[in-house]
Amino acid sequence: MPEFWINMGPQHPMTHGLWNMKVKVDGETIVDARPEIGYLHRGYEKIMEVREFQKNVVLTDRLCYVSSITWSHAYCLAVEKMMGIEVPERGQWIRVVSLELQRLASHLMWLASYGPDLGLLTGLLWALRERELFLDLIQLMSGARMNQNYPRVGGVRNDLPENFEAMCKRSIEHFREKLNEYENIFHSSKVFLMRTEGVGRISAAEAIDWGVTGPNLRACGVNVDLRRLDSYETYEEIDFEPQVWHDGGAGDSYARFIVRFNELRESCKIVLQALEKMPKSGAYRVKPPRRAEGEGYAKTEDSRGEALFYVIGDGDDRPYRVKIRSPVFCTMAATPILLRGNKLADVVAILGSVDVCVGEMDK
Amino acid sequence: MSPAATEHVPQVSGRPVAGIEKEILAQLKAAFASKLTKAETVRDRLVHVFIDRRDLVPLCTYLKNTLGFEHLSCVTAVDWKDHFECVYHVENYYNGCMVEVHAHIPYDDPKIASLVPLWNAANFLEREMWDLMGIEFEGHPNLERILLPQDFKFHPLRKDFAQEVDRQYISRRKLKGGK
Repeated sequence: MPEFWINMGPQHPMTHGLWNMKVKVDGETIVDARPEIGYLHRGYEKIMEVREFQKNVVLTDRLCYVSSITWSHAYCLAVEKMMGIEVPERGQWIRVVSLELQRLASHLMWLASYGPDLGLLTGLLWALRERELFLDLIQLMSGARMNQNYPRVGGVRNDLPENFEAMCKRSIEHFREKLNEYENIFHSSKVFLMRTEGVGRISAAEAIDWGVTGPNLRACGVNVDLRRLDSYETYEEIDFEPQVWHDGGAGDSYARFIVRFNELRESCKIVLQALEKMPKSGAYRVKPPRRAEGEGYAKTEDSRGEALFYVIGDGDDRPYRVKIRSPVFCTMAATPILLRGNKLADVVAILGSVDVCVGEMDK
Repeated sequence: MSPAATEHVPQVSGRPVAGIEKEILAQLKAAFASKLTKAETVRDRLVHVFIDRRDLVPLCTYLKNTLGFEHLSCVTAVDWKDHFECVYHVENYYNGCMVEVHAHIPYDDPKIASLVPLWNAANFLEREMWDLMGIEFEGHPNLERILLPQDFKFHPLRKDFAQEVDRQYISRRKLKGGK
């Protein structure tokens, strides 16, 4: 049969955003693939050059609407490294709590979109229902469900509200019960296993070579979690286990699913520990200098991988140059490896497990 | 996929090694003594290295093959108005060390060797920098625009690409004809 190209996108239920996956098929088998991105390019790095350091936090929130806090936190961290300021201890702990709540919300959004990709519509409804728990907590903390504008250069915007600890504990307790239900619906579904096991495989060496990071890399069996390897905030004092796939068949869609799924449990653990170890009062923010000169970078473990901000200041009150390293952008370069040799019907199952967010990919 | 590629799984501990940045800096200084314009440790697990563009490939080959820096995290091009600079963030998964390689590029000849033969991750990252900053990466297999349309004529992150700075705000009263 002659080989030909098929456009999956820019308008396609699989894409979860605006991008185009061109796949070259021979019958049903994919022989090549080419991601085409840039539909959502808004020129973030250029816009940020004319706005003051603090005002850019609003922009970085919109990089990925599913996990805003992790992105604006990475930016704030880079600016703090450049200015050489240290966040007060309570501020760091509040950041850890907000980051992990955001990670939970983000992973649940991924779970909600991955279910219908494989025909499990119940997964969508359940995961979105539980996501509301964490969006409510974030709203309590910051005042907004999404695009929170919560981290500040030098700390966070406001202190935790009263009774936050109790409400957080109650929600997480409830959520942990629900996680068992998820396990029943996903892990024991034969259809789910057939669609994910053994498809979309990438080896650890290739994943590192192509710059795949985060849960997708840990699914290949590489124990790299920046919260451990290059610890920021107070993650060093927290006892948690980076989720790594250790069994055979590493690097397929199923391994990626399991790693992300187990991160949900791990994040719950981190939130509870952080609430316990956090100093009960104290400063949560310092005043940053208005102008800064120098350069700084910060890399954090975003929900999707390694987020890196590189900020240069030239003595003005706005950055001279900002570089955003998006984990999805680099993972996208490796998608042809994931897809080659699989069937056309599996494209959705594979790309869903990668967790694509177009906002941060196109910047 | 070749079977050899599947077998190699780096056995990393996932924990940083204390004081590793000084060791890395000493090794780099021993190997590239005269070629480093400047080399220093900045904070824990971070080394800055300043070089000229012609030393980029030997230095990065040494970093990857001898010192085990397997992960190219980020490629940044900076327009300093009188020259360009390419900043490479290279990361070591075994000890958590990051080396920031600053390569100097003259303004009138914005070219630098591509790192795609070393890390495939450089493929998209260099395409993006060509797209937005107009640095030509020699030896890149497919140097096309990636974020902007193919027929776009400019490299918008350069400093001479003007951006509307003043806010054009017209109040509602003025719109209705008032003062």
